[in-house]
Amino acid sequence: MKKVRVLIAKPGLDGHDRGAKVVAKFLQECGYEVVYTGLHQSPEQIVNAALQEAVDVVGISVLSGSHEYVFPEVMRLLKEKEMEDVLVFGGGTIPEDDIPALLATGVKALFRPGTPLADIQTFMKEHVG
Amino acid sequence: MRYVEGALKGHQLSGARLIRLLEDGDPEGIAGLKALYPHAGRAFILGITGPPGAGKSTLVDRIIGEFRGRGLKVGVVAIDPSSPFSGGAILGDRVRMQRHATDPGVFVRSMATRGHLGGLSRATGEAAFVLDAMGYDVIVIETVGVGQDEIEVVDLAHTTAVVCLPGMGDDIQAMKAGILEIGDLFIINKADRPGADEVAKQLAVMLDMRHIPHGEWMPPVLKTVAVKDQGITEVVDAALAHRDQLAASGKLAERVNLRERHFFRTLVREMAAEKVFGAVEGTAAFAALLEDLRDRKTDPYSAAEGLVGRLSFQA
Repeated sequence: MKKVRVLIAKPGLDGHDRGAKVVAKFLQECGYEVVYTGLHQSPEQIVNAALQEAVDVVGISVLSGSHEYVFPEVMRLLKEKEMEDVLVFGGGTIPEDDIPALLATGVKALFRPGTPLADIQTFMKEHVG
Repeated sequence: MRYVEGALKGHQLSGARLIRLLEDGDPEGIAGLKALYPHAGRAFILGITGPPGAGKSTLVDRIIGEFRGRGLKVGVVAIDPSSPFSGGAILGDRVRMQRHATDPGVFVRSMATRGHLGGLSRATGEAAFVLDAMGYDVIVIETVGVGQDEIEVVDLAHTTAVVCLPGMGDDIQAMKAGILEIGDLFIINKADRPGADEVAKQLAVMLDMRHIPHGEWMPPVLKTVAVKDQGITEVVDAALAHRDQLAASGKLAERVNLRERHFFRTLVREMAAEKVFGAVEGTAAFAALLEDLRDRKTDPYSAAEGLVGRLSFQA
């Protein structure tokens, strides 16, 4: 039986992994298989993990202000590895003004602080079932 | 066929997607497996098992490093449990192995048990098979954290390492009949904690009571501190020594053949059951049989005998 697999990754040098863990645990409770990478991941590590784990979705939590580097770089690497079918979403302290440019790179959604978990579930249901 | 050619070239995306098809029970995956079959069977399969929190993932991380240092390519299948309630899973073994994430000579695949008992997932063997055909020299299988009886890894691995912890003293006694019988080597991890020597002693006594004949493999008891990189060389040396002895004595071929036969029987069982149910499900007679069961006019044994008795099979 097919199960949706999700990678939750935490790039950058900050150690604020509470959000990533809350989302990972929540998605597990929703019935998804969640691969958690741990802290300090480079875009290369994230994309290689997504590749080897054959995930349908990559969720990235950024609270270090490096979102303008991380998201475009992950999208570029996914394309380079012929993994454009992988759905990417993100979350964290991302200023509202920065969001449109990030979405334009192909990121499907960005969830800012205060997002109800149910919104993430709705998003997942809509896109991957 | 999709992915087969790529997998045989060692292309990671192809291998990963093929494993995913197999894990999801997709018939295309099985077709791929058949095509890969002649190309697998070269890798050394090392099983790592032990209770939760023994440090299995950290050990695997260091063992990967040691094998890489010896010029060998390493595939890993790491199993974590699925939730019995949601069916979801958190697969966290990778956290300890991320420093190998960009090494093209390492492939790590996490798997959820998906309700499968025995310490592995249903598709673990198939994933190992794909990694083998992709050209990984060593396949490390990390089981879920196990207790006493989840010993399925023995069927799959050529060499099985059981990881223990200091302070397990009385537990060792209790575990005598369980996973302790399956170790080709024993690792006492976190050996810088008090109680490591006692556990080593108890394991040695237990092994002594097995009366292993002279000339046969005597499982070594090794102490490691994985986080400090201590004892890892010895673990890999011992695993390879066991593999060499297995190969030299002809037992490796015997083990592999036993496993194939066992797997073949399992497949026949599954396919036969599918065929029976495929033929009768939806028929009036089958519905009547289920009603009889509900009304307790028959018992499950008689019902099953009646159904299987109707099969005709000429060898």
